Amino acid sequence: MSPASTNGTTPAVTKKANPAGAVATWADERLGIATATKKQIRKVFPDHWSFMLGEIALWSFVILLLTGVFLTLWFKPSMGEVVYNGSYDQLRGIPMSEAYESTLHISFDVRAGLLMRQMHHWAAMLFIAAMLVHLMRVFLTGAFRKPRELNWVIGGVLLLLGILEGFAGYSLPDDLLSGTGLRIADGLVKATPVLGSYMSFFMFGGEFPGDVIIPRLYIAHVLLIPGLLLAMIAAHMLLLVYHKHTQWPGPGRTEENVVGYPMMPVYAAKAGGFFFIVFGTVALMGGLMTINPVWRFGPYNPAEVTAGSQPDWYMGIAEGLLRIMPGWETHIFGFTISWNVFLPGQIAPIALLMVVLAYPFVEQWITGDKREHHLLQRPRNAPTRTAFLAAMITLYGLLWAAGGNDVIATTFKLNLNHITYFMRGAIFVIPPLVFILAKRWCISLQRHDNDMLLHGYESGVIMRDAQGGYSEKHLPLSPDHAYTLTARARDEVYVGINGTDANGVSAPRRALDQLRAKLSHAWFATNVQKPTAAELEEGHHHAELEHAHDAPLEGVSADGHQFDGRHDVDDEALRPNH
Amino acid sequence: MRLTRKISARLSTGRRSRFAAPAVLLIALLTVGGVVAVISPASSAKTEDDAATIAKGRDLFLVGCASCHGMNGEGIVTKRGNQYGPPLAGVGAAAVDFQVGTGRMPMAQPGAQALRKDPLYNDEEIAALGAFVQSLGPGPAVPTDEELDIAGATTEEIVRGGQFFRTNCTACHNFAGSGGALPKGKFAPSLVGVSAKHMYEAMVTGPQQMPVFSNNVLSPQDKREIIAYLKSQEEAPSYGGFTLGSIGPVAEGLFAWLGVGVLVGGGIWICSQTARSKKNSKKGDAA
Amino acid sequence: MSADDNSGHELEPFGDEPIPDPGLPEHLPRPTDVDPEAEKRAERQVATLFGLSSLFAVLFCVSYFVFDIGDETDEFLGMGASNVFLGTCLGLALLCIGIGAIQWSRKLMSDHEIVEYRHSASSPEEDRVEAVAALEEGIADSGIGRRPLVRNSLIGAMAFLGLPAIVALRDLGPLPGDSLAHTVWKKGMRVVQDVDGAKIKPADMVIGQLVNAEPEVFFETDSEGHHLYEGAELQAEKAKAAVILVRMHPDDITPVDGRENWGVDGILCYSKICTHVGCPISLWEQQTHHLLCPCHQSTFDLADNGKVIFGPAARHLPQLPLAVDAEGYLIATSDFTEPVGPSYWERDRSDLT
Repeated sequence: MSPASTNGTTPAVTKKANPAGAVATWADERLGIATATKKQIRKVFPDHWSFMLGEIALWSFVILLLTGVFLTLWFKPSMGEVVYNGSYDQLRGIPMSEAYESTLHISFDVRAGLLMRQMHHWAAMLFIAAMLVHLMRVFLTGAFRKPRELNWVIGGVLLLLGILEGFAGYSLPDDLLSGTGLRIADGLVKATPVLGSYMSFFMFGGEFPGDVIIPRLYIAHVLLIPGLLLAMIAAHMLLLVYHKHTQWPGPGRTEENVVGYPMMPVYAAKAGGFFFIVFGTVALMGGLMTINPVWRFGPYNPAEVTAGSQPDWYMGIAEGLLRIMPGWETHIFGFTISWNVFLPGQIAPIALLMVVLAYPFVEQWITGDKREHHLLQRPRNAPTRTAFLAAMITLYGLLWAAGGNDVIATTFKLNLNHITYFMRGAIFVIPPLVFILAKRWCISLQRHDNDMLLHGYESGVIMRDAQGGYSEKHLPLSPDHAYTLTARARDEVYVGINGTDANGVSAPRRALDQLRAKLSHAWFATNVQKPTAAELEEGHHHAELEHAHDAPLEGVSADGHQFDGRHDVDDEALRPNH
Repeated sequence: MRLTRKISARLSTGRRSRFAAPAVLLIALLTVGGVVAVISPASSAKTEDDAATIAKGRDLFLVGCASCHGMNGEGIVTKRGNQYGPPLAGVGAAAVDFQVGTGRMPMAQPGAQALRKDPLYNDEEIAALGAFVQSLGPGPAVPTDEELDIAGATTEEIVRGGQFFRTNCTACHNFAGSGGALPKGKFAPSLVGVSAKHMYEAMVTGPQQMPVFSNNVLSPQDKREIIAYLKSQEEAPSYGGFTLGSIGPVAEGLFAWLGVGVLVGGGIWICSQTARSKKNSKKGDAA
Repeated sequence: MSADDNSGHELEPFGDEPIPDPGLPEHLPRPTDVDPEAEKRAERQVATLFGLSSLFAVLFCVSYFVFDIGDETDEFLGMGASNVFLGTCLGLALLCIGIGAIQWSRKLMSDHEIVEYRHSASSPEEDRVEAVAALEEGIADSGIGRRPLVRNSLIGAMAFLGLPAIVALRDLGPLPGDSLAHTVWKKGMRVVQDVDGAKIKPADMVIGQLVNAEPEVFFETDSEGHHLYEGAELQAEKAKAAVILVRMHPDDITPVDGRENWGVDGILCYSKICTHVGCPISLWEQQTHHLLCPCHQSTFDLADNGKVIFGPAARHLPQLPLAVDAEGYLIATSDFTEPVGPSYWERDRSDLT
């Protein structure tokens, strides 16, 4: 980069008559945008549906910002008591907080206010759901591997921030459900050993519910957490641009390149169009589906509760944990430790987050793999990882269901208590079963891939040989398909250093090394590796023999055998008459 | 002593233990046989009409109810000490009108809870049954039309009804009266579409596991306000679109995932291959 | 882990390729690339979608002014017409733009895939060397390595700065003291029905009755007619003092020692605040005497001193001792004898014996 080129008195490339060009020149003379954007304008993004999942989350966030700003124009984050005098009859004359009153005002006295409230809430639900789906995609395809580990961590923090942001927003209207949610949060905080009651008093400015929690949550909800989210999303996207997007292996797609459509115009149109599709879908949801009808819950009253008191879905697993936890409490020296609240409410969510954040580093330690990875893995080619996620999803689903056990009981006419007892066991039993099942499934899919590579795919054509036996004709894969299947690294099982280099290695290090070797064995030993060139050669040899066998069919009217990829069948109908 | 305890403790209840049909049949046959033998002269204090109604109610009772509740509504206790049918002295005509009028009684089969279904008896028969049960021992009467008159309820009354509703009712029946779960397979039923009379009777008599809300504490006026609130909710439009069942965030969460599913579908469409033309493409290279 | 980075087991850079890379497949044209008719059609389709979007945007504005909300909400199929039409028009306006843009990119924009080459995420070696050299030069200039006194005192100063940051937050709230252990209940305070403050005589309650109740003080006013408890203060006290009254047959009740006289004719009074995480509970089954919390399904047996029989709660529900005053109304004979609501660290053990 030579500085002289930007220091010139006349812009080098813009045409004179073009007003847009004039603006660009004006900007470049002050911002140097040409240098900054020249590589980005035609930046390549690979095309695959699974790369659109994170975008749903991104666009939901933009919608949240837009609708949220609209709501702030009327919402009053105050717990000061007022008497409702708005247009919703059934609550008129009731004393309530200004927060609830202004939420009713937005819903009933601001045109499109209810729509914006509902869109805001639906977008929040989609935001976190989309983040979770995106996270699963990244996990399943190994896109978190070097050099993207930090972006994975940022993503995990984004998910946590999104959930906190959602909980704060859920609490703001000060209706019966949000108050009940805060009451439960208060219970969770109070269960903290030693500091619990102090934390609760500092949080609520005194005894629950106090009159400061909503202003405090409000500023967190509209400034602090969105600011953090915005910064983290910016970092997430910058790293995405810096690393360039991962891509699926395929012909011409290697670790050294990225193949796809340019930012301008195709990707801009696709991503921009997707923004409008997400926005439109959220608008339709907000227009047609009631969400959080606060006017039916009534203002928060600590002596009232409703059946079906639930958090929003993303808190469902914490809710489920709270519900199925047995009532354990320890009393020592006149102090109380509420395991029944502390474990599921504080320890478990943090532990879960830690597992998620640490995973890339743990896997890298086990594999010892220090290479950069830009080609994605098919989920089947990482059976242990895929099975791990399947087990985690199962656990998540079970806990989520446990969080709605009352709704399940009434909807499916089941016994509430039985569901709880079942879940207490199921969360320990079913995820491991799913793990085993998923792993075996992945391995058999790997075998299937190898079968196709070595013996061809099942054509559906039944051959009858001279002896009268029947067999299904296998046809070789197209070179592109075959290449795609083999474009993956071989897994190596790490055997450890014991015996050979063990001299001079300290005992704890050796133990760690053995652990690594054991984990590596568990991770990779049963995986099926792609065939070697020699094995493929032998496979082809077989196929050619068969081909020779079929040679007499050449030139005869098509009867099905010709549809094997080796014959020119463009002008052939399967049967001449059709 | 124990029996009286049970009886008084379980006034106005409908609890069943699961007991075998043969015993029921036997008792039913004996009871039906007994109808003929028992002749109860009308009380002289009552009018001819009342007496006739009670007698008719008794006839119906002996056929349809006595198999579980006993020939004189004294209740039947099983060998194990469970209530087969609870005693009915003192439950009042209101309980009969609620239980029979909503089809909960007679029960189709013993279970955790009597379920709502189409009533088996017409209004006249229910009134006769009620009169008979009332004659066994005084209890809450069927509310009069005036007690149920919610047509003139003011906004203020409706608002107060809402406060009573949220304090006393939503814990079981949910904020929109959609119902909710109780322990061990029982549930609080939906209040949507339930008539004012039946709601009132349920509050006065406390059917099954529902607690009683007697008129001395929750006055008839309070009850009327609760009903007026619920009816006003039923009449109000669903302001925000479809209600998704009015069961709270669980349904909303499921629909949110449906939304994500639709958007993923959109993503699949966006990234799918468009149709390719064979024109201008060289033959044979497609493979 | 960083120590491991350049040592230990190394894998071969990339797996061997048993099949050679066939290279990028040949680009195939779309119908719109080769058929002017199809191209025109796609163009019209996209333009129509954009046009429809404008139409829906206008319809949104029309709906905004046409449909009433609030008192006189217009209905459409039993739903709020304003919300439904605004949402539908806005949604369709946005979807039409989105679908149009994507059709444009799929059918009309050039669809030649292009290739970009990656660079390693790490900096080139010479940059690293330069950066390290610059950093070392800076450190050496600062002398931080040679002047441990300056360095350590700075670290100390930074650490102490944490104190003001923490101390300044002290006034977030008052200290709990023993406020969690007390409620407004006291000897002689009447137990009245919630919402209307109706006083209750034992005879008013029949067996199987539930009353959601509060201390009478919440309904009392001072000489100027102001409520004694209002707003946040009322909410905070209510959050501890709310109770339920239930009447059972006296023979069903099995009080523990010392609680024989806590009820009146089978009427018992329990805290309404769940001992798990504090939801108000009034989901009482009159025949089984079980009380269920709708939040997490803890179940308490009110005939048996409020003991937990199911669910995540660890402690029984606190009971409020009852009596009858001179006028025959139900009153409390004291405050709760133990803290109500969720457990916390300082809470003494007070299990039922």
